[in-house]
Amino acid sequence: MRTVVPRVRGRSSRSDTDDSPRPGPYGRRPAEAPGPALRAVGLTRVYGQDESMVWAVDGVDLDVPAGQTLAVTGPSGCGKSTLLQLLGGLDRPTEGEVWLGGMRIDHLGERALARLRRRSVGFVFQAYHLMYELSAAQNVELPALLAGASPRAARRRAGELLQQVGLAGRARHLPSELSGGQRQRVAVARALANDPLVVLADEPTGNLDSAATHDILRLFDELRAAGQTLVMVTHDERVAAAADRVISMRDGTLADDTRLDGDGRGMRHGHDGGTGLSHDGGTGFSGTGLGALLRWED
Amino acid sequence: MQDVVLALLTKEPSHGYDLRQRLAAALGPLGDTLNAGQIYVTLTRLEKAGLVVQEREDAPVRGPRRKVYALTAAGQERVAAWMAESAGPRADVTEFHLKLVAAGESGLADPVALVDARRRELMRSLAEAQRAALAHDTDSEAGLLLEGIALRLQADLRWLEACERAWSARRGEGGGNG
Repeated sequence: MRTVVPRVRGRSSRSDTDDSPRPGPYGRRPAEAPGPALRAVGLTRVYGQDESMVWAVDGVDLDVPAGQTLAVTGPSGCGKSTLLQLLGGLDRPTEGEVWLGGMRIDHLGERALARLRRRSVGFVFQAYHLMYELSAAQNVELPALLAGASPRAARRRAGELLQQVGLAGRARHLPSELSGGQRQRVAVARALANDPLVVLADEPTGNLDSAATHDILRLFDELRAAGQTLVMVTHDERVAAAADRVISMRDGTLADDTRLDGDGRGMRHGHDGGTGLSHDGGTGFSGTGLGALLRWED
Repeated sequence: MQDVVLALLTKEPSHGYDLRQRLAAALGPLGDTLNAGQIYVTLTRLEKAGLVVQEREDAPVRGPRRKVYALTAAGQERVAAWMAESAGPRADVTEFHLKLVAAGESGLADPVALVDARRRELMRSLAEAQRAALAHDTDSEAGLLLEGIALRLQADLRWLEACERAWSARRGEGGGNG
C-alpha cells in the first residue's frame, strides 16, 4: 500500500517572476537562460483518499528544452491532461516539483502563480474558451491588457497575431461568427499574446475536422520553426506526429519517449529573422521513412 | 510464412497439423485459406534449407507416429534475427500480428516491446508524411497521396494501441503482477 509523503518544500529566495517585457513577435527572442523551458521532477498528483486514491500522475520526470514541441499521448485516463495542468500551474502536485524557465513554480502562492501563468504560459483548450461577448481581436488583446500592456500596444499585438494566424480579416467578428477552426486559431493567437515561455495545448484539435486540424498543425509548425516551446496533449496520432518529440503515458507514468526530429529536422537554425513560415525539412524525405513506403515493382 | 513457422517451432518440436492449428487460431477467419498442404510445403523448404530437421515422435498415446519438426541451430539463428529486425514501414497488419503471436508463444521477444518499437517506427514515418502533407496543398496530387499515407499510418498506430493493451494484459497474467 502506498502512502503519499508530502515533501518538505524549500522556500525560493526569488520573490517574483521576471517582469521585463519580452520583445517582439513570438520566437524572435534570444535563447533564454540555459536549462529546460519546463521541468518536472518526481511529479505526482493523487486524487481521492485512502482506499479510493488514484495516482493520476505518478512520479513523472520530464525536461522540455526551450524550442521543443512535445506531444503527450495515451489512452483517456492516463493522466496526460492532469500532467499538462500541473505543468501550467493550473493544478498543484501532491508531490514533486515543476520548474518553468528555471524557476520553481509549484510552491508559489496563488497570486504569484496566477501572475506567472498570465505572463509566461499560453493555454489552448479543446473547447477554445474564448469570451463569447468579445470580438476576436478583443479576445487576443485581453491577456496583454491583464498583464499591464497599454491598450495601444495590446491592440497592435493582437493585430499582428491575428495576421499570423490568418484571421486579419476576422478581427471584429464574434466567436459565434467564426468556424471552429477559426475560433481555435483565435485561441492560439490569444495564447501567444504575452509571448509566453511555453504554450500548453490540451486536445487543441479535438473539436476540429481534418481541414481545420490541418490549419492548426500548420500554425504549430510555424511556431515550431520560430522556436516556440509547445507542449500539447492529444489522442490524435497525426497531431502528435507534427511534434519534435512524443511521450506516451500509461497509468500516470511515462511509458515511452520518442524523438521525431531526427535527420534534417528539428535543428534550430537560430532565429533567422525569417517569416516563420518556412517548413524546413518538410519536403526532404530524410532517412528511410517515406521512401520506404514506396514499393517499386516492375 | 517461413519465419512464422520457424518461430512456432522455437519452444518445442511440433508436427504439421499442430502448426496449422496454431496458425489457424492466430489468424481466425483469415486462416481459412490456409490449407494443410501449404504448411508442409513450407516445412519441406525449411528442411531443404537446413533450418529444420525431422524427428520421429515418441510413441503417441494413440494414432500413428507423426513427423515432428525441430529447429536446427541455423533455424534458431534465423528466428532470432527475424524477431530482432524491424518489420519495416510496409509490413501489413497480418504479418506483424503473426510476429507478435510467435514472439508470445516462443518467448523469444516481448510482444509489448515489439509493439513499442513498431510504434516508434510508424510514428517517425507518420511524422515525415505529416510534415510533407503540411507543406503541400491538400487538394494537389501529392497532397492527396500524402493524406492517404498519413491516414494508413494512423490506422496502424491505432491498432498498435489495441495490441499493446491486449499483450500487456497477457503479460500481466503471466507474470502474476496484473
